[in-house]
Amino acid sequence: MPYIQNTEADQQAMLAAIGARSLEDLFAPIPAGLRVAGALPLDPGLTEQQLNEHVSGIGTWNRAASARPCFLGGGVYDHAWPALVDHLMQRSEFLTAYTPYQPECSQGTLQWIFEFQSMIAELCGLEVANASMYDGASAAAEAALMAVGATGRRRIVVSAGVHPHTREALRTYGRHQDLEMVEAPLRDGLTSWEGLVGADTAAVLVQQPNFLGLVEALDRPAALARDSGALSIAAVYPVALGLLRSPGAAGFDVVVGDGQSLGVPMGYGGPSFGFFAARERFVRRMPGRLVGTTLDRQGRRAFTLTFQTREQHIRREKATSNICTNNALIALRGCIFMAAVGPRGLEEMACVSRQRALELRASLLQVSAIREAFPGQPFFNEIPFRIAGGEPAVTRLKTALQQAGIAAVLPLSRWYPGLEGVFTLACTERTTPQSIAQLAQVAADTLRMEMAL
Amino acid sequence: MSLFPEPLLFEASRPGRRCTRTAGAERARATEGLPASELRQRPPALPELGELDLVRHYTRLSQKNYAITTNFYPLGSCTMKYNPVVHEKLAALESFAGLHPLQDDGEVQGALGVLFELQQILAACTGLPEVTLHPSAGAHGELTALMVLRAWLDETGQTQRRTILIPDSAHGTNPASCTLAGFRVVSIKTSDTGLLDVPDLREHLGPDTAGLMITNPNTLGLFEEKIAEICREVHAAGGKVYMDGANFNAIVGIARPGDFGVDMMHLNLHKTFSTPHGGGGPGAGPICVTAELGKYLPVPRVVEDEDGYRLDHDRPHSIGRVRAWHGNFLVLLRAYCYAKRLGAEGLRRVAENAVLNANYLRVKVHQKWRVPYDRICMHEFVARPKSEVKDQGIRTLDVAKRLIELGFHPPTIYFPLVVPEALMIEPTETESKETLDSFAGALNQIADEALQSPEILTGAPRNTPVQRVDEARAVKDPQLCYRCS
Ligand SMILES: Cc1ncc(COP(=O)(O)O)c(C=O)c1O
Repeated sequence: MPYIQNTEADQQAMLAAIGARSLEDLFAPIPAGLRVAGALPLDPGLTEQQLNEHVSGIGTWNRAASARPCFLGGGVYDHAWPALVDHLMQRSEFLTAYTPYQPECSQGTLQWIFEFQSMIAELCGLEVANASMYDGASAAAEAALMAVGATGRRRIVVSAGVHPHTREALRTYGRHQDLEMVEAPLRDGLTSWEGLVGADTAAVLVQQPNFLGLVEALDRPAALARDSGALSIAAVYPVALGLLRSPGAAGFDVVVGDGQSLGVPMGYGGPSFGFFAARERFVRRMPGRLVGTTLDRQGRRAFTLTFQTREQHIRREKATSNICTNNALIALRGCIFMAAVGPRGLEEMACVSRQRALELRASLLQVSAIREAFPGQPFFNEIPFRIAGGEPAVTRLKTALQQAGIAAVLPLSRWYPGLEGVFTLACTERTTPQSIAQLAQVAADTLRMEMAL
Repeated sequence: MSLFPEPLLFEASRPGRRCTRTAGAERARATEGLPASELRQRPPALPELGELDLVRHYTRLSQKNYAITTNFYPLGSCTMKYNPVVHEKLAALESFAGLHPLQDDGEVQGALGVLFELQQILAACTGLPEVTLHPSAGAHGELTALMVLRAWLDETGQTQRRTILIPDSAHGTNPASCTLAGFRVVSIKTSDTGLLDVPDLREHLGPDTAGLMITNPNTLGLFEEKIAEICREVHAAGGKVYMDGANFNAIVGIARPGDFGVDMMHLNLHKTFSTPHGGGGPGAGPICVTAELGKYLPVPRVVEDEDGYRLDHDRPHSIGRVRAWHGNFLVLLRAYCYAKRLGAEGLRRVAENAVLNANYLRVKVHQKWRVPYDRICMHEFVARPKSEVKDQGIRTLDVAKRLIELGFHPPTIYFPLVVPEALMIEPTETESKETLDSFAGALNQIADEALQSPEILTGAPRNTPVQRVDEARAVKDPQLCYRCS
């Protein structure tokens, strides 16, 4: 049997030692009526070679966006990463260990988590960061719950520019905590906070850049939160922070986000990792694992899990969160990635992604049926465009691009009624001038019949 | 293990060193049209290292870990079995890893097919027909299921049912998830047989009962023999039964919780279905529920119709989303590979050998160690030092540290809470008899040492990069990141 080393002879010897006659004897504690009669209705097992063929065969039914020009964004971006990320995270001493509860035989994991926390805190402009969350959406939901606990208030003012999945997860989590979610609408593509933040507000949540791709002004929500005693929470796209100022520098209390852009394959959306950074005064309220340094018996520097009294295995129903297993290995990817690109590498990625987006805009605006949806508003690497001909034209364009082998066009109307005919395109440093030209050509050919806006 | 201290990346950093570059960056061009107020004044102070030193850094760090591939790792409740390496190769295929989650369903039929078939496999294994693969780990599955329960209670007008009963032996995530889902927790006693105390349960069932969260096999490694009766009682009182399936490795292919009367459960695919634990994740914690509760599961669901597979977002009763996208897909793909490789018979052999190995280990150590529930166990058992050992001033922590010194990852310690000084030992099915023998030998040797020369234990470990760290100091003087700004 695959992966089982016990031979028939081993089994007999072990049964004899136990004093059981058969394997079935060992299941005597399960009442006979509750045991499965016969085999489960599953296919017979495969050999490794058959498995390889079966699974790679299934793979051929997919058309991977990363293998073609990819202009899809919406929170997941087709960035590149150096080979050493894949190589090192496959070290089986990282891959097949678990939570570093025993510091003496887990210093490897503990040290990289400490380095990860340090890099995330630096990137976000804050003082502490945890060892990872499930993803960006659940990290934002936990941040909102932390704000409720810290302020004793229940109202969260959320920018409509926050990723729709994050807002949905927040709604799902919040429903059971009597959390009141108020949406700050987008005006001309950017969040309008007027009249929404007050003495009953637990937190404001903004996304930078927002889901439309536009760069928000961070001072305003930070000030509104500060003045009303609420927490300010920003959800960020970490690569953008190579160029954009950190929310911490803008006065934010908590920064969360999804780490996919930091060297993580798109993987049909997971696993990625969430990150969670905050000001030091929130340490005892933070969710998730924290690693700190201390000394060992010999006075040497040692890394260890710390502030565990926040966590479910100690605090049970009074824990700050229920999270246990997080997304460590993928956070390790992010950690190695950040160390590999370094300060200038991250800035270069951010720069080139934005430069390509500028080139894309220039090319696409040559197509008479296409305009910027929010002219003059700053974007980072993802741009909202508006198409003459509305939704049917968006669909036509998307299909034509698919046929040309280009993965592109995220229609926004699904989440933003009123933005019919608006879609986004995203660039990364993997975007080539040729693919931009090709995209613009297909758009021009497809939309020839549309009237100019 | 590497004993040399490894500097932090930040300490090894030298201005100007780097591994990679991206061609063509021009900051002046890149910042055109961006408001100056939103630009960073200086690049983030990430470490600067050359490629060789970076590769060495992580290689050396890896050498400071015990892992399944280096040592026996009998961490109870965590099912540290062998993680097939072929899964790593398959999950890295670009045809899966390169999929963008916003691609149209027609471009991702392979991925959707894997998800759909995995749902069916899990339904077949659990006897619970409706499955969501969204939850990112076990605790996330618990929370999702409790939200499903809330949705059902609210829709059926039973809003007074806000109490969840949980055995005192349960994992901490159970009560923590209840709080997040807005339930009150009432703890139920464990009887002196190590099983849920049914009279105590009965006493606490009432009009406020939303349900019971029960772990089966429980955290003492014992099968809850009265599970069917327990389910009937909870149902009769108007509640639902949630089963924490973290220990499903013991019964996969042998018994189906749906047949017990369980209404909902989670599976930790990073345990039973062998996806790597990764130093603390990523996991996957799908939940399987009865037909009645299926309509409340998170969106989107993966369904099959004449045109193939598609994501169905149109589920008006759904609790909504619990995360972004469609679950930890590449983890789910590994679990799928595992199930396909093993098939029905292979999965049954998993349970048989997991239980065989645990019982063998139990009888190999039960003379020198106190095994409070010393009878046929499932995939794990709980032991504790004998009272003479305690009289020597030796604690379970010392036992764990001595095991590290002898080359073994320690079992889970001080859990479950119902056994003082607990050592929770789960060998898994993938270990050989020789490994079990050598671990039993070490454990028995430690029992002798504890009586004869306890300083051997209190001085352990001596051969590790650090020895006995001062956890109190880490809290008193918190250092949570390098150069806290
Ligand atoms: C019995 C039990 N329940 C729940 C969990 C939580 O699972 P996870 O860590 O995947 O969230 C665990 C494991 O950690 C467990 O052992």
